[in-house]
Amino acid sequence: MATKAEVLDFIRVYADKMAEHRQELTDFDQAIGDGDHGINMSRGFKAVMEKLPTVYEKNIDDILKTVGMTLVSTVGGASGPLYGTAFMKAGAAVKGKEELSDEDIILALDEAVGGIQFRGKAVEGEKTILDSMIPAINAIKASIADGKTMTEALVAAEAAAWNGVEYTKTIIATKGRASYLGERSIGHQDPGATSMAYAFQAIKEVAEKVGV
Amino acid sequence: MVGIVVVSHSQKVAEGAVELARQMAPEAKIAAAGGMEDGSIGTDVSKILAGIEAVQEGDGVVILVDLGSAVMSSEMAIEMLEDSSQVKIIDAPIVEGTIFSSVEASIGSSFDEVIEVLAGAKSYKKF
Repeated sequence: MATKAEVLDFIRVYADKMAEHRQELTDFDQAIGDGDHGINMSRGFKAVMEKLPTVYEKNIDDILKTVGMTLVSTVGGASGPLYGTAFMKAGAAVKGKEELSDEDIILALDEAVGGIQFRGKAVEGEKTILDSMIPAINAIKASIADGKTMTEALVAAEAAAWNGVEYTKTIIATKGRASYLGERSIGHQDPGATSMAYAFQAIKEVAEKVGV
Repeated sequence: MVGIVVVSHSQKVAEGAVELARQMAPEAKIAAAGGMEDGSIGTDVSKILAGIEAVQEGDGVVILVDLGSAVMSSEMAIEMLEDSSQVKIIDAPIVEGTIFSSVEASIGSSFDEVIEVLAGAKSYKKF
């Protein structure tokens, strides 16, 4: 379960992480892309933080949609439409909610990942955001099915996301600018998969704080 | 008249392509939607949406893009339109495409005719 305050806290924690890891994400992107991922994500979430107080009183779906809309206009790179679509789809999945059940959380994540797949026309194994996101969501579903708590599920999700990031080092990029490098992209971790792993780290940290 | 929106990661590239096209087709409805609001490198869905709305006269709008997120951001802008039936992203070289489509649109060609000319822009031989 997640309250509106926890959703807002997740956005705050994630925005902090994007600022904190700005250089690291940019360095990963410089190796295989255009070197702007950290700059773009931190710029986008800085704008989100400025916008957030205007939606404090709104429902969770409005909050998530506002995050998405802000990202598509401020990130600048491909991660803008991708993360923007993810937040907007997650918002649309929980319309009118002031509080999310575990089922709602899973539904929102499923819609988010579907949105990224639709927007990026990508599948798992192409060295993208999806390579940490899909294993993380699968870990949540498996843990909940096993009768674990959402916090336990989110711990498993973060671990699965980082495993996914490690996996991106072993594969060739076929999407985005990294695809121009072909085999030279092997050995480098994907910046998008990395920023997504930080999202699951942020969700987990919020859940551990409240202990659900 | 068919409208044209030029979407580049660089504001200068988009404005430059428009400037070149205007020299040949001063009447054309062209909007430059390049870069971010603050002029930095990137693509911005709101800027693209505003560009489409600025050149839309009911005869259709073609969107020229450079690469990567220019395509995704343009797709998102199109999805946000109430009526997107006559708005299309075209796979053509951005500078040549902007010039060809501006000339074609300014002589009163239809949406389909402009799209056909843009298909030719992709295989146009310079020498």
